[in-house]
Amino acid sequence: MSGHASPPRDPGLQPERTRLAWRRTTLACTVAAVLGARAALHDGASAVDVVACALCLLLWLGFLAVAHRRMTALTTARPPAIGPRTAAAAALCTTALAACAAAMIF
Amino acid sequence: MSTFVQSLRLWFAPERIRQEGDTPDYRFSLANERTFLAWLRTALALIGGGFAVDQFLPDLRWGVRVGLALALLGAGVLCSLRAVNHWVRCERAMRRGEDLPASRFPALLGVVVAVVALAMVVIVVFGWEG
Repeated sequence: MSGHASPPRDPGLQPERTRLAWRRTTLACTVAAVLGARAALHDGASAVDVVACALCLLLWLGFLAVAHRRMTALTTARPPAIGPRTAAAAALCTTALAACAAAMIF
Repeated sequence: MSTFVQSLRLWFAPERIRQEGDTPDYRFSLANERTFLAWLRTALALIGGGFAVDQFLPDLRWGVRVGLALALLGAGVLCSLRAVNHWVRCERAMRRGEDLPASRFPALLGVVVAVVALAMVVIVVFGWEG
């Protein structure tokens, strides 16, 4: 890990910690999405369940894409602050996952 | 509530948030981002809990099961929306050099989780047929 010679390394490792926080969040999202897919396919899949399951997977992929973009941005020594749109997109994926869950419960 | 609408407009306008004040130390912004992510994880855990209640407690009466699941999902939605809102407000306060916004949301969420936990204890002790 000696690629960044010119800018001094942050002794607090803030970009690395933030990247790991994104990774943890992706993991939490994966667990929620897997639970959602299981809910859809467990008790006799109706049309609504299949659509909700597909949406769950799509939202999971969307979250992965958002997280991946941000994690690549965080590889620099002094990364810029996260944009409001990225934050809103991540929260939107979470909210939509909950909406899918509510649709599957009924 | 108008402050909420104001910050709601900031959610989708990165250029407007950058117009205000000075850019803070990048480490403060990253710390704010990690707090946002921690709240998002809390929201995802609540949503996962909603899924789990629906699937792994089939012996519960339909009304209780759906009510509990919907309560957890609702808490998850509130938590994720509030995560973005709080992040925007903190970012703006840091740019303007103001105090960070105080919030009663953590206390509220704590009370709700405690009530749900107590309800689960009562259900477990006095049987499932509640």
